[in-house]
Amino acid sequence: MPNSLVIEATQGNLHTVIDFIDEELEALDCPMKAQTQIDLCAEEIFINIASYAYPDGNGMAEIAVEPVDSGVAITFIDSGMPYNPLEKADPDITLDAESRAIGGLGIFIVKKVMDKAEYAYEDGKNKLKLTKMFK
Amino acid sequence: MTIDLNKNGQALTVKLTGRLDTATSPDLDKIISEELDDITELTFDIHALEYTSSAGLRVFLKAQKLMNSKGSMKITGAIQSVYEIFEMTGFDEIMNIEQ
Repeated sequence: MPNSLVIEATQGNLHTVIDFIDEELEALDCPMKAQTQIDLCAEEIFINIASYAYPDGNGMAEIAVEPVDSGVAITFIDSGMPYNPLEKADPDITLDAESRAIGGLGIFIVKKVMDKAEYAYEDGKNKLKLTKMFK
Repeated sequence: MTIDLNKNGQALTVKLTGRLDTATSPDLDKIISEELDDITELTFDIHALEYTSSAGLRVFLKAQKLMNSKGSMKITGAIQSVYEIFEMTGFDEIMNIEQ
């Protein structure tokens, strides 16, 4: 069974989310490097939910951490607007500094760092499952 | 995160310690917006920076764009995990970043 944190999706709760995930990862003997990468992705996803999922006010987010065979799966669930972040086009990372857009890098980093990213919209909820292998 | 500024004429060194994330990047953004007026040589000393998210990368990119028009910028002392984030996003190609 996954361990879950259910929390109001606000930027101010970011550190509570990261602390929760770190605690879970430490219990799974996750190496430091993988933990840093997972933190990075968790920040991108949670901040996205906090910023965009609930345009009319605040809502909740659930973060579920579950050990899988050779790593960990972390699922982010919200009841906000249907939105698949994985469909966002990758930024062009070959452009010079002047042409680079400020932003758009978060999901790109998630796709690069995670071994698997799966999105589903079920029962009125966005579910984004990220899997990272570290064993 | 703590930010230490060391100004020497038109050179400014910004030393970052801790975690640069969505919560702390506005502090750095404020410095970029307020302290660079007469600066031609900007250095970020990040050897004590443990982590940067895309929120931090946005601020570095903003600083790079500002400095491109009037001087130089470099980032020194990146630890491996932070350097990898710069590499992954191609920032190592558009910025002077030393490990």
